[in-house]
Amino acid sequence: MKFFHLIWCNLKRKKLRTSLTLLSILVAFVLFGFLASIQQALVGGVAMAGADRLVVRHRVSIIQLLPESYKARMERIPGVVLATHQTWFGGIYQDPKNFFMQNPVVPDEFLNMHPEIILPPEQLADWLKTRTGAIVGRKTADRFHWKIGDRVPIQSSIWSKADGSRSWEFDIVGIYDGKNKGIDTTPLFFRYDYFDEERQPDRGRGLVGWYTIRVKDPAQAAEVAKRVDQEFENSSAETKTEPEGAFIQAWAKQIGNIVFIVSAILVAVFFTILLVTGNTMAQAVRERTGELGVLKAIGFTNAQIVSLVLAESCLLTVLGGVLGLGLACLIMPVLAEKLSGLLPLFFFPTRDLLVGLGLSVVLGLVTGIFPALQAMRLRVADALRRM
Amino acid sequence: MSESKSNNGPLVRVEGVDKVFHRGSEDIHVLADLSLQVPSGEFLALMGPSGSGKSTLLNLIGGLDRPTKGSVFVGNDRIDQLSDRSLAAWRARHVGFVFQLYNLMPVLTAERNVELPLLLTHLTKTERMKHVETAMAVVGLSHRTRHYPRTLSGGEQQRVGIARGIVTDPTLLLCDEPTGDLDRKAGNEILDLLQALNREHGKTIIMVTHDPHASARASRTVYLDKGQLSNEPVK
Repeated sequence: MKFFHLIWCNLKRKKLRTSLTLLSILVAFVLFGFLASIQQALVGGVAMAGADRLVVRHRVSIIQLLPESYKARMERIPGVVLATHQTWFGGIYQDPKNFFMQNPVVPDEFLNMHPEIILPPEQLADWLKTRTGAIVGRKTADRFHWKIGDRVPIQSSIWSKADGSRSWEFDIVGIYDGKNKGIDTTPLFFRYDYFDEERQPDRGRGLVGWYTIRVKDPAQAAEVAKRVDQEFENSSAETKTEPEGAFIQAWAKQIGNIVFIVSAILVAVFFTILLVTGNTMAQAVRERTGELGVLKAIGFTNAQIVSLVLAESCLLTVLGGVLGLGLACLIMPVLAEKLSGLLPLFFFPTRDLLVGLGLSVVLGLVTGIFPALQAMRLRVADALRRM
Repeated sequence: MSESKSNNGPLVRVEGVDKVFHRGSEDIHVLADLSLQVPSGEFLALMGPSGSGKSTLLNLIGGLDRPTKGSVFVGNDRIDQLSDRSLAAWRARHVGFVFQLYNLMPVLTAERNVELPLLLTHLTKTERMKHVETAMAVVGLSHRTRHYPRTLSGGEQQRVGIARGIVTDPTLLLCDEPTGDLDRKAGNEILDLLQALNREHGKTIIMVTHDPHASARASRTVYLDKGQLSNEPVK
């Protein structure tokens, strides 16, 4: 700590240069925060996926429907504990910009399958009693200021009612929370029986979007998946069964290989920062050759000189990193609010925040090491001549 | 300071020293079989024309460079055989340097410049500041401690340089042309200060200078020419 004043004063020597370098590091870390949040939003669900859950969809594509009757057959397959289904409703509340997911489900089966969804028991009881009842996640309820007892009209872009109207009305009977921050609390779930009975008879009645099944032993999941697909082989609706995580990943990959894109951008950004900061430090050491000679003359060892230069470059990058990550922490919740419909899981994860802090230290060490070695190799007598 | 002093004999012994610099394929012999003894408490002036090897000799005595041949003793320590790390520690304990161009850190105040050598000790901040105050008082700059070098005159900057050189109470004070960049008046003040340090505080001082006026203040002057010492001025 006693050297901090010296390190700090050296950093302040060229205020404009230090500020510009600091600013570029700050921007890089804000971008890091943004990309980490995007990645979280698109593939974060994979980490939250249940290891014991498989998703069964139509072999051709997710938009092809499967018969509701498959449920009973699935539950008879050895290794399957529970099966339940969902269907993409594709509804719009007031404005297409207000996007959030709404799916018809079988309430008790659905909640049994997804213990990460927390719904008070009295609200579940109400849901079971109310045919038009729906439960909504905390995020969406807060967003539209919905409360229990509200009646919410939603226009479906896919499903018409028997009378030809596309306006569906739901009674909010429950507001659920997620077990942890990574759980998406934007969707609205309503009862399948209401949906199936109300939709036009010739437009998919008795058909569902996809199934989620729970297996008895996650280690046997691949075997069970095979059995499920074999069960429906050569039928009019053949299936493709995969782990829930892989299903979510495949969903995200429709946009592209997110992890690769994010990593590529980050590598480019940090490589540039590496050059910018490295140049700043190299210049700083070059300009200070004589002063480093004086420090050596009065007894600073080579190790101490290396430490001083590394500490200076780390101070610069950590300062930029902390400011950038701090700013990202302030900006991301605002963006999350704006993107909550489109990217419900958009948030800056603590894990990535810590990775960012670690990265700022590594950046400091990497950018400082060559100038530090250059300073270490200086011969005192030569350095003093350059003062 | 006393641990490096020999109880008997001179404080500094340079014995049969050669110093050769290599420039490309050319070997430049700067010092040749040079020997010198400096008793403790002496104020020695080292004179000679440019390129005669004065600063090289000073660097060898101060442990900033190593001889190509021969040995350098300061007190009981043979410093030419110490490792880089040990030599750095030895310099921190035993040598104070005063440079022609003061060599102060422009980003630090006068007191922080003087504090620098003390950062290598185990003293607390309060203790360090007490030493700094004393050193600044010795050089007569107690009223300028918070000033940055750019706001000080050349003479004042050199006083800060001397305060930095003596703040650890070193065995030896090595001055390389300490008045070389100063006008006559400021130069005289610095020489007064060095003389006072020698006479009143018993500091052993070796001063490289071109200036006969400066060397006249020393208790002994030796002359260096073509890598050899003599007691007579170079003709």
